[in-house]
Amino acid sequence: MSNIILVYLEQREGFIKKGSFEAVSKAIEIAPLLGAEVNALVIGDSINNSDSLKKYGLNKVTFYKNSELQNYSSSAYAKIIADAVKSVNANYLIMSNTALGKDLAPLVSVALNAGLVVDAVSLEIENGDLTITRPIYAGKALESVSITTNIKVVSLRPNVFKAIENEVPEIEISTIEVTDPDLSNRVVELKKSEGKLDVAEADIIVSGGRGLKGPEHFGLIENLAKSLNAAVGASRAVVDAGWRPHREQVGQTGKTVTPTLYIACGISGAIQHLAGMSSSKYIVAINKDKDAPIFSVADYGIAGDLFEILPVLTEEIKKVKA
Amino acid sequence: MKIAVCVSHVPDTATKIKIANDARNIDPIGVSFILNPYDEFAIEEALKTKEKVGGEVIVLSVGPDTNKETIRKALAMGVDEGVHLKYDSYLDSFGVAKALADEIKNIGAELVFMGKQSVDYDNGIVGSLTAAMLNFSVITVCVTFDINGNEIRAEREIEGGREVVQTTLPAVITTQKGLNDPRYASLKGIMTAKKKVIAEKSITADPNRVELVTLKSPQPKNPGRIIGTDASAVPELVRLLKEEAKVI
Repeated sequence: MSNIILVYLEQREGFIKKGSFEAVSKAIEIAPLLGAEVNALVIGDSINNSDSLKKYGLNKVTFYKNSELQNYSSSAYAKIIADAVKSVNANYLIMSNTALGKDLAPLVSVALNAGLVVDAVSLEIENGDLTITRPIYAGKALESVSITTNIKVVSLRPNVFKAIENEVPEIEISTIEVTDPDLSNRVVELKKSEGKLDVAEADIIVSGGRGLKGPEHFGLIENLAKSLNAAVGASRAVVDAGWRPHREQVGQTGKTVTPTLYIACGISGAIQHLAGMSSSKYIVAINKDKDAPIFSVADYGIAGDLFEILPVLTEEIKKVKA
Repeated sequence: MKIAVCVSHVPDTATKIKIANDARNIDPIGVSFILNPYDEFAIEEALKTKEKVGGEVIVLSVGPDTNKETIRKALAMGVDEGVHLKYDSYLDSFGVAKALADEIKNIGAELVFMGKQSVDYDNGIVGSLTAAMLNFSVITVCVTFDINGNEIRAEREIEGGREVVQTTLPAVITTQKGLNDPRYASLKGIMTAKKKVIAEKSITADPNRVELVTLKSPQPKNPGRIIGTDASAVPELVRLLKEEAKVI
């Protein structure tokens, strides 16, 4: 008996997200250990980067198409995915734990009577049994869990698993026209924060804290971020003080992030902040106080005045990038 | 309208988390518990909605006896009634959602608020699970909320922006920081809350769909190095980022 892993591919404005390819790569990697075949599905109206499907090694994709479904509708999407899982008899459903994935995965698992584990950072298979590890307490601890139901739903933390190019010669894309989707819950408008990279998705984050002394000095952070094509982050203290919007907050009551490079400027490193960013691959800290806790997680630190250091750093980065 | 608000009782975010010797629990010594921070926005929004459309707000919480402290905090903020759904052992998110869904049905609430996630297990799925079990609509991670008759319009945070979602009652709304400014409990509220009787109900749980295997602490980071104390260290920092870390 062959198992099926179904991967849900998330499109936003017609582009399949990087996190979905990370899920595809992980599914392809574990498939032989589970004696499984990998299928995928996507929901929307048009896909602009469908070439990438082949590039990441998929050979079977079902496209559920309807012009009303380009934007997210939790009611419609959950029903389509649950029906797709049933129709191919999939035992595993894997997706990326994005904003959309977080909303959708629980709805699908209830429809399937399936167990769900979200935000996985590692999947291990021993004798065909899957054990999933995920951070809890914003990363202050890790839990390993197993799913007891026949159908298992797992979402993967974005930016943790690698999307691996693995071109296949043939891809079979079948299109199913969706008739009469359930739009009782639907997105009617998308409001983008213009030109701003999101800390949850960025490869590099430059964050500022109280050490900046006032919102008017955040230009130093923005300039450095710009030179690195990085997102701007903020500590809870400066968000609570109203200097920066909440969407930039990194930490336990903000976003937990795992970029390749995290640069903390004028952030002392409260435990809630450290929990949210210490799994970043490389951490740089710039802070006046050499005893600040942020230095305990930093790979490289400069214990000095950020007002003097940041402009020089921005110029040096520009030189390297030029 | 009956409005339910669901709260959890979690370790203070300032707490260090230590794993107990059984590797299945955290060490409770020195851990203080608080109302889950995201649930404060849920309570505030429930109270504001009641002020707008009238009705009654009932707070629900699943867990051991200590959860009563958190229920009292909600009562002190102005919630009308409290129900403690008592359960003492490990319950997965499906078990929590099932207990909440059963009680929401029982009290006949049409609108439910809860925090977008609890800051202990960080799953962020109980809202959607509860909604799906009740066949309610759900909008998660809301930063705005508006109700007009049966119609709900809310904005939820997504990567790089927000999406505006429209749906109708009955519904579950999960709340994100930024939605409102939670009120403080007044002295009068605290005194009233002390006198209120919290209804206690025991729950019967289905077998867990997710079983805990083990808890562990993350690998501690290797301590890094301080490479300087002023701007003269910048070239060395840039060199390290480029040549050693290879991240720029």
